[in-house]
Amino acid sequence: MAAKKKKQVTLHVPSAPFRPGDKASFAPFENEPGDLPRPDPIKCTASETTDHAYGLVRVLDFEGNASGPWNPELTSEELREGLEHMVRMRIFDDRMMKMQRTGKLSFYMRSYGEEAVAIAQTMALENQDWIFPTYRQPGAQFVRGRDMVSMINHCIGNQEDNVKGRQMPVHYTYRDGRFISVSSPVGTQFSQAVGVAMASQYKALDECCITWIGDGSSAEGDYHYALNFASVFKPPVILNIVNNQWAISTHANLASGNPTFASRGLAYNVPSMRVDGNDFLALYAVTKWARQRAAAGEGATHIEVLTYRAGAHSSSDDPSRYRAGDEHEAWPGGDPVERLVQHLVTIGEWSEKKQEELEERVDGEVMAAYKEAVTYGDLANGPYPSADTIFTEVYEEVPWHLQEQWDEMKKWSVD
Amino acid sequence: MPEMNIVQAVNSALDIMLEKDPNVIFFGEDAGYFGGVFRTSDGLQEKHGEHRVFDTPLSEGGIAAIAFGMGINGLRPIAEIQFADYIFPAYDQIVNEIAKVRHRSGGEFWCPLTIRTPAGGGIRGGHHHSQSPESQFTHTSGINVVYTSTPYNSKGLLISAIESNDPVVVFEPKRCYRGPFYGDPHNVPTWKDHPEAEVPEAHYTVPLGEARLAMEGTECTVISWGAMVHVSEQAIKNCGISCDLIDLQTLVPWDKDAIIKSIEKTGRCVIVHEAPKTSGFGAEMAASVQERCFYHLEAPIERVTGWDTPFPHTTEWDYMPSPARIADAIMKTMEE
Repeated sequence: MAAKKKKQVTLHVPSAPFRPGDKASFAPFENEPGDLPRPDPIKCTASETTDHAYGLVRVLDFEGNASGPWNPELTSEELREGLEHMVRMRIFDDRMMKMQRTGKLSFYMRSYGEEAVAIAQTMALENQDWIFPTYRQPGAQFVRGRDMVSMINHCIGNQEDNVKGRQMPVHYTYRDGRFISVSSPVGTQFSQAVGVAMASQYKALDECCITWIGDGSSAEGDYHYALNFASVFKPPVILNIVNNQWAISTHANLASGNPTFASRGLAYNVPSMRVDGNDFLALYAVTKWARQRAAAGEGATHIEVLTYRAGAHSSSDDPSRYRAGDEHEAWPGGDPVERLVQHLVTIGEWSEKKQEELEERVDGEVMAAYKEAVTYGDLANGPYPSADTIFTEVYEEVPWHLQEQWDEMKKWSVD
Repeated sequence: MPEMNIVQAVNSALDIMLEKDPNVIFFGEDAGYFGGVFRTSDGLQEKHGEHRVFDTPLSEGGIAAIAFGMGINGLRPIAEIQFADYIFPAYDQIVNEIAKVRHRSGGEFWCPLTIRTPAGGGIRGGHHHSQSPESQFTHTSGINVVYTSTPYNSKGLLISAIESNDPVVVFEPKRCYRGPFYGDPHNVPTWKDHPEAEVPEAHYTVPLGEARLAMEGTECTVISWGAMVHVSEQAIKNCGISCDLIDLQTLVPWDKDAIIKSIEKTGRCVIVHEAPKTSGFGAEMAASVQERCFYHLEAPIERVTGWDTPFPHTTEWDYMPSPARIADAIMKTMEE
């Protein structure tokens, strides 16, 4: 006999809250600056962060004022430095995207709307700390002093690309800045960062490792490996989930049935924070707090960085095909650059005119870097790195079977 | 010279490297306090400390990932995967990350990691304690692949792997941990009095990429690795044909010169492995031998392998190549 059909006859598959044609509307953030206490980072237990994991740590309100126990009291010089890095990131991204459209690079990914994440968080660290990024944290390199020409050389795959044309654009490596190689498989760096931190712990060095994962990729096993190993071995690692709402066209509600990503850390007994990711000051403060815990031997901190992916996933997708057109405007978190400008103006340390001058100066720097980089070649026109780079650095030394194939390739080389 | 079985030889290699290099650390499931389910790290935690020899969560993907992170941050980790059958949660980390990081970072980061794992059948381990997945790693650029067969090469190859600045996956034939396997399940010899069980106590290496000539002959070349080296030895003795028996030892990079030299002498080739036939490393060997030695061959190349089926439990002796099957393949090459 056939079983009786239940009322619900099909799979439950969550959809995004808004799709093209919908009018997006979000509730305002529940927490105001000052709502959540700043626990002692050394003594803090995971359960003491329950409110932080379900709430939202904020410092900046939407009028440009900073307040509350999380206010990191940055100097105006530090604030302006952060702003300059963010402006540089945005202008750099715009230039690279234009170059991508002309074929000078194959592919590109902007950090648009998320510039504060890597920049505020890296500024909160020490220079000896390791950075294990995804493709959405290139801004950390500005903080660590990387030359823009060198970054562009990589993106356009020219002769001077330090990864020798082997990886897609935005897959930076910058060892001098302790910025570890970006990899395409999403999530792998999260668990690896725990190992990086365990090595620092083993060597008893005062250094930590910061890493990020997306809301979407937090569904990978690597996310859970990372939390579990971090919980067990207590290495100095800062584990961030950047919840920018979207993994290409997949909404965050398909990555987890839990209403906050931060709260998942509590189950691993790791102190967990949810922070306004477009609030430069809150991001800085929470990261500093996590760094203090790491330095004191208290182990990992888990942070959900709540933000919004204002642009496309990459140069290969068109968000108007899968999300509401007004969603970015409706997002309650605003824009990280505008919010920091507003704050600097409010405290009398900045003006519209100074912002214009800054943008003009940075635009000139980016343009000059671009012009220099293309003199070394680009993807559309070459010259490229030598095809020999296919065979080098696969192993420390070239084994015989690769040497044979290398010799074979040379006979047919299109160089 | 002391006599060791493979368990003792592996233990000795780990002990020596932990002693020699403070950046060497060893970890895996049950590998610390208990000393490993096969006892290969017995006593090492007590001797070298919990921070150097430790247990991990049951998480092969996590083990490989933390090993990657430690390797790029200056350590020389050795990770144990308890059974090769359980390596697959770590496969993405090994194939896409560990194997690629030197290349993808333009040489700015590298991972001097050794993964060692017991492999192969003959212990009544059924589907998931018996497989021999070496060809799933030989197809990946950026890692070296080793398959040991004796106490002497298990220690020397493991030390070479640990000292290598490239990642190395080392398969150890678990059936042979305490004695060679000659294909008769009722005959359970120990390593006692076996010449390859004479293992120096001190540091030595067996270089990666070099094969071992286990038997020397004139009529046929038998190429094998792991436990099948000993089964092949028995087959050669049974059929009475004068054979070179080449124990490949390192599969990537394999010893081209040793193979060519032998085939040019014998003109016949039989390849033996216990992994399934289709896309097994024997296919690579057969293709390479015909590319390089075609005009020296007197007969078609024979392959004797496990079947293209899941590995069985009670009937494993019908799955694994037997001395009779190998001898038959040798005799076939002699018909030409």
